[in-house]
Amino acid sequence: MSLRSPLGKARGLGSAKEGVSHWWWQRVTSVALVPLSVWFVYSLASLAGAGHQTIVDWMQSPIVAALLIMFVITAFYHALLGVQVVVEDYVHTEWLKMLSLITLNFITVMMVLIAVVLVLRVAL
Amino acid sequence: MTPSNRPLSPHLQVYRPQLTSVLSITHRATGMFLAAGVPVLVYWLWAVADGAESFATSQAYFGSNLGRTLLFMWCYALFYHLLNGIRHLAWDAGLGFDIPVLYKSGWVVVAASVGLTLITWLLGYAARGAAGS
Repeated sequence: MSLRSPLGKARGLGSAKEGVSHWWWQRVTSVALVPLSVWFVYSLASLAGAGHQTIVDWMQSPIVAALLIMFVITAFYHALLGVQVVVEDYVHTEWLKMLSLITLNFITVMMVLIAVVLVLRVAL
Repeated sequence: MTPSNRPLSPHLQVYRPQLTSVLSITHRATGMFLAAGVPVLVYWLWAVADGAESFATSQAYFGSNLGRTLLFMWCYALFYHLLNGIRHLAWDAGLGFDIPVLYKSGWVVVAASVGLTLITWLLGYAARGAAGS
Protein backbone atom coordinates (compact mmCIF):
# COMPACT_ATOMS: atom_id res chain seq x y z
CA MET A 1 0.00 0.00 0.00
CA SER A 2 1.31 3.41 -0.90
CA LEU A 3 1.60 6.04 1.80
CA ARG A 4 1.20 8.83 -0.74
CA SER A 5 -2.07 10.69 -0.58
CA PRO A 6 -4.34 10.55 -3.64
CA LEU A 7 -4.01 14.34 -3.97
CA GLY A 8 -0.19 14.15 -3.91
CA LYS A 9 -0.27 11.41 -6.50
CA ALA A 10 -2.59 13.41 -8.74
CA ARG A 11 -0.42 16.51 -8.49
CA GLY A 12 2.68 14.42 -9.25
CA LEU A 13 5.00 17.03 -7.75
CA GLY A 14 7.06 14.80 -5.44
CA SER A 15 8.90 15.84 -2.29
CA ALA A 16 10.69 18.79 -3.87
CA LYS A 17 7.33 20.18 -5.09
CA GLU A 18 8.66 20.82 -8.58
CA GLY A 19 7.71 17.53 -10.23
CA VAL A 20 9.47 17.09 -13.56
CA SER A 21 9.77 20.82 -14.23
CA HIS A 22 13.60 20.90 -14.29
CA TRP A 23 13.82 17.85 -16.55
CA TRP A 24 11.04 19.15 -18.80
CA TRP A 25 12.48 22.64 -19.32
CA GLN A 26 15.89 21.18 -20.07
CA ARG A 27 14.18 19.20 -22.85
CA VAL A 28 12.11 22.12 -24.14
CA THR A 29 15.18 24.38 -24.34
CA SER A 30 17.24 21.62 -25.95
CA VAL A 31 14.65 21.13 -28.70
CA ALA A 32 14.61 24.90 -29.34
CA LEU A 33 18.41 25.00 -29.35
CA VAL A 34 18.73 22.43 -32.14
CA PRO A 35 17.78 24.94 -34.88
CA LEU A 36 18.89 28.03 -32.93
CA SER A 37 22.44 26.84 -32.25
CA VAL A 38 22.93 25.58 -35.82
CA TRP A 39 21.78 28.98 -37.09
CA PHE A 40 24.09 30.76 -34.64
CA VAL A 41 27.23 28.78 -35.51
CA TYR A 42 26.49 28.98 -39.25
CA SER A 43 25.99 32.76 -38.97
CA LEU A 44 29.24 33.30 -37.07
CA ALA A 45 31.19 31.16 -39.55
CA SER A 46 29.68 33.08 -42.48
CA LEU A 47 30.59 36.37 -40.78
CA ALA A 48 34.22 35.38 -40.10
CA GLY A 49 36.51 38.25 -41.02
CA ALA A 50 33.58 40.64 -41.54
CA GLY A 51 34.04 44.27 -40.51
CA HIS A 52 32.16 46.01 -37.73
CA GLN A 53 29.60 47.62 -40.04
CA THR A 54 28.74 44.25 -41.62
CA ILE A 55 28.05 42.76 -38.17
CA VAL A 56 25.96 45.78 -37.17
CA ASP A 57 23.94 45.60 -40.42
CA TRP A 58 23.41 41.89 -39.83
CA MET A 59 22.22 42.45 -36.26
CA GLN A 60 19.87 45.25 -37.33
CA SER A 61 17.71 42.81 -39.24
CA PRO A 62 14.64 42.24 -37.03
CA ILE A 63 14.78 38.49 -37.71
CA VAL A 64 18.45 38.24 -36.74
CA ALA A 65 17.92 40.34 -33.61
CA ALA A 66 14.93 38.23 -32.60
CA LEU A 67 16.78 34.96 -33.24
CA LEU A 68 19.82 36.20 -31.30
CA ILE A 69 17.64 37.14 -28.32
CA MET A 70 15.86 33.79 -28.45
CA PHE A 71 19.20 32.01 -28.71
CA VAL A 72 20.65 33.89 -25.76
CA ILE A 73 17.64 33.32 -23.48
CA THR A 74 17.28 29.64 -24.40
CA ALA A 75 20.99 28.80 -24.36
CA PHE A 76 21.77 30.62 -21.11
CA TYR A 77 18.76 29.08 -19.36
CA HIS A 78 19.72 25.63 -20.69
CA ALA A 79 23.26 26.21 -19.40
CA LEU A 80 21.91 27.19 -15.97
CA LEU A 81 19.83 24.00 -15.76
CA GLY A 82 22.88 21.92 -16.70
CA VAL A 83 25.36 23.61 -14.37
CA GLN A 84 22.79 23.35 -11.58
CA VAL A 85 22.75 19.55 -11.89
CA VAL A 86 26.55 19.41 -11.88
CA VAL A 87 26.66 21.55 -8.70
CA GLU A 88 24.02 19.33 -7.07
CA ASP A 89 26.01 16.23 -8.04
CA TYR A 90 29.45 17.32 -6.88
CA VAL A 91 29.04 19.99 -4.18
CA HIS A 92 28.09 18.19 -1.00
CA THR A 93 28.56 20.98 1.55
CA GLU A 94 25.04 22.30 1.99
CA TRP A 95 25.76 26.01 2.45
CA LEU A 96 28.27 26.02 -0.41
CA LYS A 97 25.80 24.24 -2.68
CA MET A 98 23.05 26.76 -1.87
CA LEU A 99 25.42 29.68 -2.32
CA SER A 100 26.61 28.31 -5.69
CA LEU A 101 23.07 27.72 -6.95
CA ILE A 102 21.83 31.16 -5.92
CA THR A 103 24.92 32.83 -7.42
CA LEU A 104 24.45 30.89 -10.67
CA ASN A 105 20.85 32.05 -10.87
CA PHE A 106 21.87 35.68 -10.35
CA ILE A 107 24.71 35.45 -12.90
CA THR A 108 22.45 33.85 -15.49
CA VAL A 109 19.74 36.49 -15.12
CA MET A 110 22.42 39.20 -15.38
CA MET A 111 23.97 37.61 -18.47
CA VAL A 112 20.60 37.24 -20.21
CA LEU A 113 19.58 40.83 -19.45
CA ILE A 114 22.92 42.30 -20.52
CA ALA A 115 22.94 40.26 -23.73
CA VAL A 116 19.37 41.28 -24.62
CA VAL A 117 20.07 44.96 -23.92
CA LEU A 118 23.22 44.80 -26.07
CA VAL A 119 21.43 43.15 -29.01
CA LEU A 120 18.64 45.74 -28.76
CA ARG A 121 21.16 48.58 -28.54
CA VAL A 122 22.64 47.51 -31.86
CA ALA A 123 19.31 46.59 -33.47
CA LEU A 124 17.22 49.61 -32.50
CA MET B 1 26.08 14.65 5.84
CA THR B 2 28.07 12.35 8.13
CA PRO B 3 31.50 11.60 6.68
CA SER B 4 32.07 7.91 6.18
CA ASN B 5 35.03 5.74 5.30
CA ARG B 6 32.88 3.01 3.88
CA PRO B 7 33.58 2.13 0.24
CA LEU B 8 31.59 4.19 -2.22
CA SER B 9 30.07 2.90 -5.41
CA PRO B 10 30.74 3.05 -8.31
CA HIS B 11 34.53 2.80 -8.39
CA LEU B 12 35.01 4.51 -11.72
CA GLN B 13 38.76 3.84 -11.70
CA VAL B 14 38.31 0.04 -11.86
CA TYR B 15 36.10 0.17 -14.93
CA ARG B 16 37.62 -0.04 -18.40
CA PRO B 17 36.40 3.08 -20.24
CA GLN B 18 33.73 2.19 -22.78
CA LEU B 19 32.40 4.28 -25.64
CA THR B 20 29.09 4.68 -23.81
CA SER B 21 30.62 5.94 -20.57
CA VAL B 22 33.19 8.16 -22.31
CA LEU B 23 30.49 9.80 -24.46
CA SER B 24 28.33 10.28 -21.38
CA ILE B 25 30.94 12.17 -19.38
CA THR B 26 31.99 14.06 -22.53
CA HIS B 27 28.41 15.31 -22.83
CA ARG B 28 28.66 16.79 -19.36
CA ALA B 29 32.17 18.16 -19.94
CA THR B 30 31.22 19.84 -23.23
CA GLY B 31 28.13 21.26 -21.52
CA MET B 32 30.25 22.83 -18.79
CA PHE B 33 32.73 24.16 -21.35
CA LEU B 34 29.90 25.70 -23.38
CA ALA B 35 28.48 27.29 -20.22
CA ALA B 36 31.89 28.87 -19.66
CA GLY B 37 31.42 30.50 -23.08
CA VAL B 38 28.40 32.49 -21.88
CA PRO B 39 30.42 35.53 -20.67
CA VAL B 40 32.52 35.35 -23.83
CA LEU B 41 29.43 35.64 -26.02
CA VAL B 42 28.22 38.54 -23.88
CA TYR B 43 31.64 40.19 -24.29
CA TRP B 44 31.40 39.81 -28.07
CA LEU B 45 27.91 41.39 -28.10
CA TRP B 46 29.25 44.23 -25.97
CA ALA B 47 32.15 44.75 -28.39
CA VAL B 48 29.73 44.95 -31.34
CA ALA B 49 27.45 47.37 -29.47
CA ASP B 50 30.30 49.53 -28.18
CA GLY B 51 31.66 50.45 -31.59
CA ALA B 52 34.31 49.78 -34.21
CA GLU B 53 37.25 50.20 -31.86
CA SER B 54 36.08 47.70 -29.22
CA PHE B 55 35.02 45.37 -32.00
CA ALA B 56 38.53 45.49 -33.50
CA THR B 57 40.01 44.68 -30.09
CA SER B 58 37.67 41.69 -29.72
CA GLN B 59 38.57 40.54 -33.24
CA ALA B 60 42.24 40.62 -32.25
CA TYR B 61 41.49 38.46 -29.20
CA PHE B 62 39.35 35.98 -31.14
CA GLY B 63 41.83 35.91 -34.03
CA SER B 64 44.87 35.18 -31.86
CA ASN B 65 46.19 31.63 -31.61
CA LEU B 66 44.63 31.17 -28.18
CA GLY B 67 41.39 32.75 -29.40
CA ARG B 68 41.15 30.50 -32.44
CA THR B 69 41.98 27.41 -30.37
CA LEU B 70 39.23 28.24 -27.89
CA LEU B 71 36.73 29.04 -30.66
CA PHE B 72 37.58 25.72 -32.35
CA MET B 73 37.04 23.87 -29.07
CA TRP B 74 33.75 25.70 -28.46
CA CYS B 75 32.66 24.86 -31.99
CA TYR B 76 33.45 21.17 -31.48
CA ALA B 77 31.86 21.15 -28.01
CA LEU B 78 28.69 22.69 -29.43
CA PHE B 79 28.35 20.17 -32.25
CA TYR B 80 29.15 17.26 -29.93
CA HIS B 81 26.67 18.44 -27.29
CA LEU B 82 24.06 19.14 -29.98
CA LEU B 83 24.35 15.73 -31.65
CA ASN B 84 24.63 13.77 -28.43
CA GLY B 85 21.73 15.85 -27.10
CA ILE B 86 19.60 14.65 -30.03
CA ARG B 87 20.70 11.13 -29.02
CA HIS B 88 19.44 11.89 -25.52
CA LEU B 89 16.10 13.16 -26.87
CA ALA B 90 15.73 9.88 -28.80
CA TRP B 91 16.33 7.98 -25.57
CA ASP B 92 13.71 10.13 -23.84
CA ALA B 93 11.30 8.97 -26.53
CA GLY B 94 12.28 5.38 -25.67
CA LEU B 95 14.28 4.83 -28.86
CA GLY B 96 17.76 3.42 -29.45
CA PHE B 97 18.45 1.54 -26.22
CA ASP B 98 19.64 -1.74 -27.84
CA ILE B 99 23.38 -2.16 -27.28
CA PRO B 100 24.31 -2.35 -31.00
CA VAL B 101 22.20 0.73 -31.76
CA LEU B 102 23.70 2.52 -28.74
CA TYR B 103 27.22 1.97 -30.06
CA LYS B 104 26.29 2.83 -33.63
CA SER B 105 24.63 6.12 -32.63
CA GLY B 106 27.64 6.85 -30.42
CA TRP B 107 30.09 6.51 -33.28
CA VAL B 108 27.81 8.56 -35.54
CA VAL B 109 27.95 11.37 -32.95
CA VAL B 110 31.76 11.17 -32.82
CA ALA B 111 32.18 11.19 -36.61
CA ALA B 112 29.49 13.79 -37.33
CA SER B 113 30.72 16.19 -34.64
CA VAL B 114 34.24 16.12 -36.11
CA GLY B 115 32.87 16.44 -39.65
CA LEU B 116 30.54 19.35 -38.89
CA THR B 117 33.30 21.18 -36.98
CA LEU B 118 35.69 20.88 -39.93
CA ILE B 119 33.00 21.95 -42.43
CA THR B 120 32.17 24.98 -40.25
CA TRP B 121 35.83 26.03 -40.13
CA LEU B 122 36.28 25.55 -43.88
CA LEU B 123 33.21 27.78 -44.33
CA GLY B 124 34.66 30.28 -41.85
CA TYR B 125 38.02 30.50 -43.59
CA ALA B 126 36.31 30.75 -46.99
CA ALA B 127 34.16 33.64 -45.69
CA ARG B 128 37.24 35.26 -44.18
CA GLY B 129 39.06 34.99 -47.50
CA ALA B 130 36.08 36.49 -49.34
CA ALA B 131 35.90 39.32 -46.79
CA GLY B 132 39.52 40.08 -47.65
CA SER B 133 41.08 40.12 -44.19
